[in-house]
Order: sequence, then structure tokens, then C-alpha cells
Amino acid sequence: MAAYVAHYLVMVGIYTILAVSLNLLVGYAGIFSLAHAAIYGIGAYASALVALKLGLGFWGGLVVAAVAGACAAALVGIPSLRVAGDYYIVASFGLQVVILTVFMNWTDLTNGHAGLVGIPRPRVFGLVIDNPFKYVVLSLALAALTYAVCRRLTGSAFGRTLRAVREDEIAAQATGKNVVLVKIVITTISSALGALGGSLYAHYITYINPSSFTLDESIFIASLVILGGTERLAGPVVGAFILLAVPEALKFLAIPDTVAAPTRQILYGSLLILFMFVRPEGILGRARVKSA
Amino acid sequence: MTIEKVSKAFGGIHAVEECSFDVPPGLITGLIGPNGAGKTTVFNMITGFLRADGGSIRYKGEELLGLAPHQVEARGVVRTFQHLRLWGKMTVLENVLLGCRTPLGENVLTLFLRPGRVRAEETAARERAMEVLRFFALAGRAHELAEDLAYPEQKLLSMARIFATDAEILLLDEPTSGLDTDSLQKIVPMVRRLVEHGKTVLLIEHNMELISQLSDEVVFLHQGRVMARGRAEQITRDPALTEIYFGA
Repeated sequence: MAAYVAHYLVMVGIYTILAVSLNLLVGYAGIFSLAHAAIYGIGAYASALVALKLGLGFWGGLVVAAVAGACAAALVGIPSLRVAGDYYIVASFGLQVVILTVFMNWTDLTNGHAGLVGIPRPRVFGLVIDNPFKYVVLSLALAALTYAVCRRLTGSAFGRTLRAVREDEIAAQATGKNVVLVKIVITTISSALGALGGSLYAHYITYINPSSFTLDESIFIASLVILGGTERLAGPVVGAFILLAVPEALKFLAIPDTVAAPTRQILYGSLLILFMFVRPEGILGRARVKSA
Repeated sequence: MTIEKVSKAFGGIHAVEECSFDVPPGLITGLIGPNGAGKTTVFNMITGFLRADGGSIRYKGEELLGLAPHQVEARGVVRTFQHLRLWGKMTVLENVLLGCRTPLGENVLTLFLRPGRVRAEETAARERAMEVLRFFALAGRAHELAEDLAYPEQKLLSMARIFATDAEILLLDEPTSGLDTDSLQKIVPMVRRLVEHGKTVLLIEHNMELISQLSDEVVFLHQGRVMARGRAEQITRDPALTEIYFGA
């Protein structure tokens, strides 16, 4: 049971990184992305590949993952964010599709559907992080670091500008804000941070394949943000705790084995709908973004 | 600022045609004309929101045409909007802070590498913002949401926001539209005070009486062309211009 709880907390840490980083885009800058699972996957594959092929350690892999995630986002963001409107949703959907196709079909590099196996466990100060109990500390520490970075960003003049851009781009331009640059910078930072989650995941599970990084996963990460409440930094953290706990809790219901899986799915979906009826603004929503 | 032979056409319609006038420093210049005369189009071209088809807009020896709006602001020319465009979900203080210069806090590198300097800059910006809010008699509402202000206060806030930028030329798009007589008594002296504080004002206004009260100079636009320029009383008393303006 203890190992089970530890595993849950490791996953909460990973999804907190993904959701908090996505919230920089969705909640603060008003940019909706459907590519966060692709960014998650880029982080996972980049970190796993440099570990398996180049023998780079976990920390080096984290840096490579962040740079790869940032570069992918910048590549799509620079042309699409120059245009006002919702073009980035379509562009990010395109990125999601392209990246997943690369994971599945560039078999020389990614081993296709079979995925990458034997990804080494992290080593921290000489200690191998080889079980969920040790990994909880690493996962939650990285989640806390990501949260701290996001808090610093959103609580600053830069964060104020982000919210101004979200509310009214034209007014932001008129008061001297380089709106395009701000949007490209936040997309790049969000993706660099999101890719850290991928790296953490790859070294924890030690096996990755494309099925973990599909569009469904992007929507799931967006659900964590929306359910938790986009207007608060802590919202996605709460969203991660709850949305990862609900399916686990449903496993304890006495449901006949033959219909257990679909019944749990139906209950899970129904609960999501119910949440949105009861708290459409998200669990921590409505309360204002950090005010002056 | 010198506007010279600026033109803009939308399809076959010439919204502004070879429009030329000066905005003398330290004065209030009124830009008037009937609906569709091209006043807001001129504002949009000066501030980089519309690309002109031709002509030149020069300020302090630099060409403004072709610059993005944030680059125009950086050169000291800012504007308000007819529909205000406040950040309604942000506080009054935040609206003004967004006009203040905070280059270190807006740069993600210095944000993490120079926390002490960023903190000092933010403190100074907040002091400056509060000073601006006191100037506009809005200090008491600093921590309220901008959308919760009464309309005349929102008008003041839109001016406070651009005043905080330290730009020298302020373009005010109908600063008194939609205001009752009592509210006008608050706004009109405020526009005057902007000039007393070293600003140059170019304003679009429909109220001819106010134009006479406020403006040192008036530019009369009609069908995208400058029909007349001169002292306010001279323009507003010209029967030909009055006929064009009121259609009578």
C-alpha cells in the first residue's frame, strides 16, 4: 500500500509539472495549446535517448529535455504567435500530430511503437533513485521547483504583462508591450518546464513508447488545469491531485470484473462533468489572479 | 510631430488622403471633423496600428510610419481608445503599473538573475503609479478592479495609464464622449493639467464647445483631407466648416 501511495505521489509530481507549466499559457497568457503531451514526449524521448545513446546522466538529460521542448515550441510559436487570434490552437494541434508521428515512425531513433527500454534510473549525489519512495522526493522537489519558477514569473511585472496580453492585446501594445515577443517567450518557457516532466517520467518508468504522449494526454493535462482553476497558480496542483486520485479511488468500488473497466471510465467521465457543473470556474477558480 | 501627406485607402475608399499637419509641442491640438472624416484612422496610423499607404510621420527626427505600436510608444507617443480598452479584470493600480517602465521585471533573465534590482524597480514603479493615481484622484480606488469603476473614473484611468508611460505626446480619442456635465468638470481640467505637466496633446473630440475651451489649435478633417487649421475660435466660427460639421 505504501508503495502504491508513493507511486501516486510520484505521478502527482510529474503531472503538477505538466499542468502548472501549461497553466502559464492557458491561464496567464490566454494561449490554448493542444501540444503539451507532445512536449512531454519530447522531454521523455530527449532525456532517454541521451541517456541510452550518449550515456548522459539524469541531470544532463533534464537540461537536454528542457532545451528540446523549448526549441520545438519556439519553432511553432514564432510563426503562429505573430498572428493575433486562435491560430496557435491549430498550430499546436499540428505539432502534436507531427511529433507523435515522428515517435511512431522514426524507428531508427525512437524504436517506433516498441519504444525505448532500459532507461537508467537517476543518480542524485551518488544515490540511485531506484524505488518509488526515493522517487517521490525527487518528483515533488522538481514539481516544487517548477511551481517556484512559475510563481516568480507570474508574480512579476512579466506576469502582469502576460495577464494584460490575455485580456487585451491591443491595449498592451499601446502601452509599449511587445506582445509577440511576450507570447513567444512564455510558450518557450512553458514548454521547457513541461519537458522536465517528460524527463522525470522516462527515468521513473524506465520504458517509454508513443502511447503515453497522444492527443488524449494533452487533453487530460488541459483538464487538470481547467478543473483546478486557471486563474490560480495552485489550481492545476489541486487538479493533478484530484484527477489522478479519482480513477484510483474507483478501483476500490465493488464492480464485477467483466464490466469494471468501462464502468469506471463512465463514472470518471460523469464525475468530470459533475465537477464542471458545480464549479465551472475550477476548484480554485474565481478568486482573482495575484492582485497588486 | 509632423504629419506629412499621409494617406490610407480601404479598398476603393480613401479614408485619409494626403493629410498634413503639425502637432506643436506643449499645446493641445484638436482633431475634429464629421463622422467618417478619418480622425481615428489618423490616430491608428500615428500609433502603428494601421500601416499607411504613403506619407511620413516624423517625431524628433525619426520616422514613425512602419513602426510597431510598442516601438511608437518607446519613442514617446501613446494613445487612449474611444472604447477605453482597460484591463477590466485587473486592479486600477495594475492598469497604471502596466504603463510604468519596468524593463528588469519584464525580462525573464533579469527576473531570476537580478532579484534585488527587480524588487527595487518594482517598488519605484508602484510609488510612481500611486503618484499618478493621486494626480488623477484615483488613489482611493487603487486596489479595486478597473471594471468596477464608474465610467468617468474609467476615462480618467485610461488617461492615467498613458500618463504613467512618460511619453511626451498623448493622443486622446474622445476623452469626454458619453460623459454628463458633472463628469466633464472633472475631465476637462485634467486634460489641461496634462499640458501643464509638459505633455503635448492631440485629441479627437466631437463637442465643439469643449474643443473651443480646450484646444490651442484645431485641425479640421473632412473626407480624409485637412480642410482647415488654426485657432479654435477661428475654426468653430467658420460658417462653411460648421455647415460641413453639422450638415446644416
